[in-house]
Amino acid sequence: MSDVQVPLHAVAHARAGDKGNRSNISVIPYLPEGFAPLVEELTEERVLAVFAHKGATRVKRYLLPKLPAMNFVIDDALEGGVNASLCLDGHGKALSYLLLGDVTVRVPEECIPADSPYRKALGL
Amino acid sequence: MTSVYIGCGAGFAGDRFDAAVPVVATLSNLHGERFLIYEVLAERTLAIAQKLRRENPDQGYSPFLDTYLPLVLADCHRHGIRIVTNMGAANPLGAARRVHVLARELGIRGLKVAAVTGDDLLATLSDAQIRALPIIEGIALGERTIVSANAYLGAQCIAEALATGAQVVLVGRTTDAALSLGPLIHVHGWGAGDLERLAQGTACGHLLECGAQLTGAYFAEPGFKDVPDLARVGFPIAEVAADGDLVVTKAAGTGGRVSRGTVIEQLLYEVHDPHNYLTPDVVLDIGEVTVEEIGTDRVRVSGARGKPPPLTLKATVCVDAGWLGEAEISYAGPNALARAELAASIVRSRCRAIGISDPVRVEVLGTQAIFDSDTQARRARLSPARDGEYRVRAAVRTATRKRAQQVADEVLSLYCSGPAAGAGVRQHVTTQVATVSVLVERTRVHPTVTLLEAP
Repeated sequence: MSDVQVPLHAVAHARAGDKGNRSNISVIPYLPEGFAPLVEELTEERVLAVFAHKGATRVKRYLLPKLPAMNFVIDDALEGGVNASLCLDGHGKALSYLLLGDVTVRVPEECIPADSPYRKALGL
Repeated sequence: MTSVYIGCGAGFAGDRFDAAVPVVATLSNLHGERFLIYEVLAERTLAIAQKLRRENPDQGYSPFLDTYLPLVLADCHRHGIRIVTNMGAANPLGAARRVHVLARELGIRGLKVAAVTGDDLLATLSDAQIRALPIIEGIALGERTIVSANAYLGAQCIAEALATGAQVVLVGRTTDAALSLGPLIHVHGWGAGDLERLAQGTACGHLLECGAQLTGAYFAEPGFKDVPDLARVGFPIAEVAADGDLVVTKAAGTGGRVSRGTVIEQLLYEVHDPHNYLTPDVVLDIGEVTVEEIGTDRVRVSGARGKPPPLTLKATVCVDAGWLGEAEISYAGPNALARAELAASIVRSRCRAIGISDPVRVEVLGTQAIFDSDTQARRARLSPARDGEYRVRAAVRTATRKRAQQVADEVLSLYCSGPAAGAGVRQHVTTQVATVSVLVERTRVHPTVTLLEAP
């Protein structure tokens, strides 16, 4: 099995929620074998870079190996949150897909589910 | 051993009006103690409710009470399914009286309804005392007018309300999880020291509180996370044993799905530190939780751990926050992107020219603007298609309605004074409420249960 370079979207799903000006995004590998590579690839620094243009100042990553999943808490990612944001999405509900689309990860190809559209696209 | 079954009928104000009907049908075929919860109270919702109550002392409860309850009240009463909901909003007693009116109209006799009050800090603290509470999140209160201030009550008061024999319990602000944990404490007799069980019950409440977000909604993605028959998505039902064993499922004969994926997404929803999810009843630690599929649309959630709750309660203070003005206009077909971007630049120029000093966001929807910042920092890295369908949006937050409308009108005027073929203007100018989270000592908050027998 060889490594492939794919959007995070190929390997994991995610859900975003808000509290004030803080966003939390859970990242859940489709397959358990995706967890360890994501721990290496999806660092706090890389996630902060994705939200830097929104004004994010800090990212804290929590690992939940028994699920397995990880939870990112991103400070100041919501342009003030629903209290102050001029964005259509003051709650940041769509931001899980910004992360899934903007981050590229290098993972063993078995981390991509057998029925994933990415397998066909990659010729796997 | 008695099992408790808790179904969810709504996860926010505005949730599908008839979602509870299949939930009640499923609960009515189960044996054990059965409850139906509705969670309809977002942070801002209470501010609106408080304004309504000030205008009319009989009002201020959730307007969705009349939408949701008449569909299920008779069946719940017939089958002994008890309802727990925060539709009391700013007026739980008014809501309880309204439930009696609805019951009478439906021919239900002898209904017992309880209201829980005591969360409303405006009733017990002075304006100065509220302003002195320590802020943990949000803007400084300054001179802004306080519209509402409510402490998050825990599950104990709901358990006490159920102990009166009430078949419907109306609360205002409690934690969302308390709507489920209250019934569990009532039936299973869990004490304040049963931290692991309180933790499992809190996890249950957290999973249920957003309705179909547990059963395939806010989840479905064709080709990747397929969910059957999402248009008929079934709302969740939890089964909780006295030892805290927790299984989540959904209403029978509905669409949707309950899987490891749907449960894990909701387990982490709006959680920050997973080891310290603070509630008035227990500090929940989900760090060791496991999620296991044990059957079709049946998932067991185990291993929640608990620590003693904090000494203070969180409260939300809502203050007036001026006006939001928004407007949009569309461009479609050949060269639509260039026409939309010209329109956006015109709106920016006009706002400067007429002296709008507040920040105005002008963006082109269709260029992933929802991911972008006020300055469109991300847009520069993208190459959207030249042709297609694009929608220009302007937004401003400002102190007066007049200025909010002025910005919206700069989009409207593009019809005759902008690029070719601008179409479909919509304007939206609304008052805004901002929220501030503060801490209040438990000794200053006194939950009270009032039982209202049928008149």
